[in-house]
Amino acid sequence: MAHDYRRPTGGRIDRNRKLRFHFNGKPYDGFEGDTLASALIANGVSVTARSFKYHRPRGIVGSGVEEPASLVELEGADASANNQITTVAIRSGLRAKSVNCWPSAEFDLGAINQLFARLIPAGFYYKTFKWPSWHLFEPIIRRAAGLAAAPSDPPAHGHFEARHAHADVLIAGAGPSGLMAALVAGRAGARVFLADEATEAGGSLLSRTLQIDGRPAMDWVADAVAELAMMDNVTHLQNATVWAYREHNLVVVNERKPDHGALLERSWRVRARKVICATGAIERAMVFANNDRPGVMLVSAVQTYVNRYAAIPGNRAVVFTNNDSAYAAAADMAAAGISIAAIVDCRDSVSARNLEQVAGIEVLAGHVVTAAKGRKRIRAVTVSRRDGGTAREIRCDLLAHSGGWNPAVHLFSQSRGTLRYDPTIACFVPDVPAQPTLSVGAATGRMTLADALRTGAEAGSEAASACGFDSGPCDVPESDDIAYTIEPLWRVDTPGPSGKAFLDIQNDVSVDDVLLALREGYSNVEHVKRYTTGGMGIDQGKTGNINIIGTIAQHHGVNLRDVGTTTFRSPYTPVSFGAIAGLREESVLFPYRHTPITAWNQANGAVMYEAGARWRRPGYFPREGESFQDTVNRECRAVRERVGVYDGSPLGTFELKGRDVARFLDFIYTNVMSNLKPGNGRYGLMLSDDGLILDDGVAFRIDEHRWVVSTSTGHADAIHQHMEKILQTLRPDWQVYVTTVTSQWNNATVCGPKAREVMTALGTSIDLSPESFPFMSFRDGTVAGLPARVMRVSFTGELSYEVNVAPRHMRMLWDRVMKAGASFDIEPVGSEASHVLRVEKGFLSLGHEVDGTVDPYDLGMSWVMSKTKADFLGKRSVDLRRQGSRRRRELVGLLPLDPNRAIPEGAPLTPGGRKEATEGVTTACVWSVVQNRWVGLGLIENGRTRHGETAYARLKDGAIPAIITAPVFHDLEGERLRS
Amino acid sequence: MQNYSILSLARNAVCSHRNWRQAWRSPPLKDRYDVIVIGAGGHGLATAYYLAKEFGITGVAVVERGWLGGGNIARNTVTIRSNYMRDESIPFYVKSVAMFEGLTRELNFNMMHSKRTMVDVVQTYPKMRELRRRQLTMDIYGATYEQISTAELRRRIPALTGGGADARLPIIGGMVHTDAAVNRHDAVAWGYARAADARGVEIHQQTAVKALIRDGQGAIEGVETNRGTIRARKVVVAVSGHTTSVTETAGLRLPLRTMNLTAFVSEPVKPLVDVIVNCPDSGFYFSQSDKGEMVIGGAPDMGQSFRRDIKQHVFEDTVSAMLSLFPAFKKLKLMRQWGGHLDIAHDASPIMSKTDVEGLFVTAGWWGGYKAIPAGGLTLAHLVAKGAPHPLMAPFTLDRFRHLDFIMESGTTTAR
Ligand SMILES: Cc1cc2nc3c(=O)[nH]c(=O)nc-3n(C[C@H](O)[C@H](O)[C@H](O)COP(=O)(O)OP(=O)(O)OC[C@H]3O[C@@H](n4cnc5c(N)ncnc54)[C@H](O)[C@@H]3O)c2cc1C
Repeated sequence: MAHDYRRPTGGRIDRNRKLRFHFNGKPYDGFEGDTLASALIANGVSVTARSFKYHRPRGIVGSGVEEPASLVELEGADASANNQITTVAIRSGLRAKSVNCWPSAEFDLGAINQLFARLIPAGFYYKTFKWPSWHLFEPIIRRAAGLAAAPSDPPAHGHFEARHAHADVLIAGAGPSGLMAALVAGRAGARVFLADEATEAGGSLLSRTLQIDGRPAMDWVADAVAELAMMDNVTHLQNATVWAYREHNLVVVNERKPDHGALLERSWRVRARKVICATGAIERAMVFANNDRPGVMLVSAVQTYVNRYAAIPGNRAVVFTNNDSAYAAAADMAAAGISIAAIVDCRDSVSARNLEQVAGIEVLAGHVVTAAKGRKRIRAVTVSRRDGGTAREIRCDLLAHSGGWNPAVHLFSQSRGTLRYDPTIACFVPDVPAQPTLSVGAATGRMTLADALRTGAEAGSEAASACGFDSGPCDVPESDDIAYTIEPLWRVDTPGPSGKAFLDIQNDVSVDDVLLALREGYSNVEHVKRYTTGGMGIDQGKTGNINIIGTIAQHHGVNLRDVGTTTFRSPYTPVSFGAIAGLREESVLFPYRHTPITAWNQANGAVMYEAGARWRRPGYFPREGESFQDTVNRECRAVRERVGVYDGSPLGTFELKGRDVARFLDFIYTNVMSNLKPGNGRYGLMLSDDGLILDDGVAFRIDEHRWVVSTSTGHADAIHQHMEKILQTLRPDWQVYVTTVTSQWNNATVCGPKAREVMTALGTSIDLSPESFPFMSFRDGTVAGLPARVMRVSFTGELSYEVNVAPRHMRMLWDRVMKAGASFDIEPVGSEASHVLRVEKGFLSLGHEVDGTVDPYDLGMSWVMSKTKADFLGKRSVDLRRQGSRRRRELVGLLPLDPNRAIPEGAPLTPGGRKEATEGVTTACVWSVVQNRWVGLGLIENGRTRHGETAYARLKDGAIPAIITAPVFHDLEGERLRS
Repeated sequence: MQNYSILSLARNAVCSHRNWRQAWRSPPLKDRYDVIVIGAGGHGLATAYYLAKEFGITGVAVVERGWLGGGNIARNTVTIRSNYMRDESIPFYVKSVAMFEGLTRELNFNMMHSKRTMVDVVQTYPKMRELRRRQLTMDIYGATYEQISTAELRRRIPALTGGGADARLPIIGGMVHTDAAVNRHDAVAWGYARAADARGVEIHQQTAVKALIRDGQGAIEGVETNRGTIRARKVVVAVSGHTTSVTETAGLRLPLRTMNLTAFVSEPVKPLVDVIVNCPDSGFYFSQSDKGEMVIGGAPDMGQSFRRDIKQHVFEDTVSAMLSLFPAFKKLKLMRQWGGHLDIAHDASPIMSKTDVEGLFVTAGWWGGYKAIPAGGLTLAHLVAKGAPHPLMAPFTLDRFRHLDFIMESGTTTAR
């Protein structure tokens, strides 16, 4: 039948801009302004998809985000998996294909499944595919499921970004109520953020032929948009979906192609004082046999296609409704040249105003459509009286159906507002908001334009005044449309095998499936959803869920209120992960932390890597021809025999100021700090409240009320939080100010027996003699001409000077150290050598010996537990634990019997090396340059009493014996570090 | 119990599936039972099932304030694994993983158990050291964990195209846990419910416990619900996330904190990733469900909370981390997200125990407790029936808190 599917004039398409696109491999033409759906309708295409389970042919059902049936995969540069055909704007070169069918939507081999349909009702897979094992069936099921293929590459061009915004009033939806609210709040001076998912503003007005103030409604929309554009205090976005409504009125908006340029999508995080949900309503489907056949469409969709896109979805239509909204649509359809065979209304009486609109069209009140006929396109429907009687067949190629309207309560519900079932309009409406939220227009179930404009204006004014802006009296424009009444009809029962009636078209969930679930005891709405998968598709059941709820209610003989809805979850419509992340990837997400000498390190061949707390540090400085071990040995020897220098800047450093710092430190460290004299420092341990070691570090007193505290590198942030938590929750009355100064001071730590000589060569104002500058003290002065604070701490067991300078001086200092040290053969030392040096000395390391299970006694550090302090954090827990009988794992040294055999770090220690419960663990094992053999540290049960015994490190194949020793392999007395 | 098989399906197809029986009954609520289990989640239902099956105790009522299987079991990301750190934990989870493998047969309900191995993507040396430590300890208990090269890692996960040599966190290798599996969480709840019901256990939905009732001696006497008082001398609290709110009605405080953990799924796509991918250094993990969705999880929200809201910044961090390693997922779409609350003990190990209240038992602290449902149910039933702990769960009683002898598993919070 030759037919023109495009109206000769009208529609919001640009007929001067023809666009060629491909669908399922075939070329078609459409116009700028078309969606893929409208363009295909205008080309007379009716089969646009195959269904998920039975591979039934499917067409276009809706006109927006509610579309349940037709999903397309986009190919090429815009590759994207599952897109509702109704939300894809066409552009020239677009290539799209239907998902779920092979070889094509027209001829799909998967349709074989229809033969087995009886064997595969809801939840069939729970009952079968068990023998011999699911693994036999899983690959087949997986391949059959999954809809489209995921894009295999990131977008070749363009990027994503994210922005923050604050608003007095955020309005979701730019239909009549949202625009009205925006105008009123905007005129009052409030900062308004208006976002709407469609390509242009107007909402339902885009699809209808209503009047406002005696003019076409879209003229009013154009004026409103123009006025908003003039207001500096208004941000108005189209193509922007409000997809999440979080706590504290945080709303997330996804804006697509904001500037038609390289920016693909932008994510807005908007914190608003008031949120107005002007999200409109979504039409719901009627349920009858074969309600999924191509040619069966929502009334609102048909109305949208004829009015907005000037596309004609059929020649001869039947309209099936349970409510008033279909009549105006039918009139629009007739005006577009569609011949309307009949209007089938399940209600016994239809109002005169409705009839007036469709004068001349047969209206069958008290009737229902029981089935659609035809496979790839309907050719007729059967109609009968609602209470039974003989069926009559009406020839048609289009069935427009309307089951009434559901307010789009998704955002309201996400915000934790509660819903209420309103029986007069048979839908769930917003009830009690949980946040400062207002709902307006159709989103509240008020279905007339007059109500939309009025509630929009009121909410705009209320929201503005809540933010301190007076809108004054505002006039609401005049409009008229017909009041909305409805009589719910959740499904049409058809006796006999007239075909499947679908509740969820996308997931192929039929009435029989839901009844089966109910029969089997899956009686809760959530059980039904999960058992049948109804409502779990991409569309999240926007058109069908209510019918499932209605079916459940009928089955149990209760009200819909008692069944309730399933939970509305974000996102409202699917959002790409790229948009959610914005620009945050890789080094933007995990920024590198550098010290000022990174360039020097790299120029000197350092192997750099992540070394905790996001610091990028040199691991070692290999030279030509060296193995890894050679390099580490060389660096260690330099420190032990001569002098080395390392960049200790990443060490967490905090300055604490205030009257109560001393008692605060006494509280968080196990030992006493308060008796330190200015200029001196002390090593200490911090415990968590469960009595386990949290961190080790050094506290230096600068003056009475000023201290510098250092923590381990990887734990700096956690310790900062720990300190702040105590100060803010446990001791808010103490005057202690904590400032992170990790990056305010950088240091070069000169260590080794010749350290003092290098310092002298550098030139310093500080007296370096051990008497006037002993171990564990600091001095301010100049070093190499730079203002410096020098601390005598040691992480290597050698004489050490930690020379702290301002970051801008760090590189200078470093260069001067290298120069002054040259005659002593100074070497830069990486973190690998540092690890060896600390193990040789038996110093602890977080993540090794301190693995979250040990207390100070376990590590042989009873001396660090103050006997004089009445209390400190973790004391009670340590004491409590000590009263128990559980054997503790204690720190020991491990000398492998074979001095040339390393124990892998982390290897468990088991009795006799047998494959049985562990008694300890190897925490570290290194090649010691002072012992000339492998040495290890470990935690082993009752270790301190077992020196001299043999421990066994258990490997997969056998064990490594090692002698248990004291955990120090170098300078037992600590003479060197004090020297 | 009605048998489920291809044959019974065929037989029922003939009569349009009209003859399937209820998977579980909705019996009238009695005022007395031998045992009341509070919470029809995985642990509650499994405990009830094993009480009936292994110990012949059938006078059991499971009371559930919402719908059965609607708590965390409905929200979790179904990662089943045994790569734990401590001697106490590993054998328990090894047992649970093994029980899961046989559960489809045991319950005559297809769990769609898919043993697809978990692959850890390692990006830092400390993490590699920690996982190797796990590996050698796990080996003692027969759990598999093997180190693989970066090349092998990429072969197993072709979609893993990020993390190259120039990346912010280059991949340095991987670990493979072949015992790991995923399955269908609803099926676990329903399967246990059906099988327990068939053995006489009563499941009462929409029955919320308001308070525990103690007798004059302080022993447990029953529970107060919205449907009236129900009595029993033994009460099991299996309410994951809400444990403290229930036990405090009996004056019992427990060393637990409640936190929010969220997860999300992508749109369904054709098979792309065959293993469970865990990226501990980046802070996310995922697997692809049989329906094709990527089921993705990340780090928990900071701090304690009884709310289930999504924290946008936590969520964005997880997504951003995922895109750093899987850049092709940029055009993949988020379809659904949600949260659940879990309670966690100081050492992140579970608590399965008697309490100071005679007759009151708890199973709690299930931070990643989906995988533990079979073994947790079995061993708790043992405790309830015999009064003494099953050897596999003996380390997990409340006794360990008397002297704070923790079983530290807190290093394990990435892959649930
Ligand atoms: C996002 C997320 C991801 C996770 N991923 C994994 C994973 O991959 N692997 C894994 O092993 N674990 C995972 N978990 C953890 C796992 O879900 C839980 O540890 C486990 O489900 C808890 O046990 P349950 O099934 O018994 O709990 P639930 O299913 O929560 O059962 C508790 C039940 O008690 C009911 N209840 C509460 N209060 C009352 C009352 N007063 N009266 C009556 N009934 C009450 C609740 O309604 C609920 O049904 C995850 C958790 C979350 C939230």
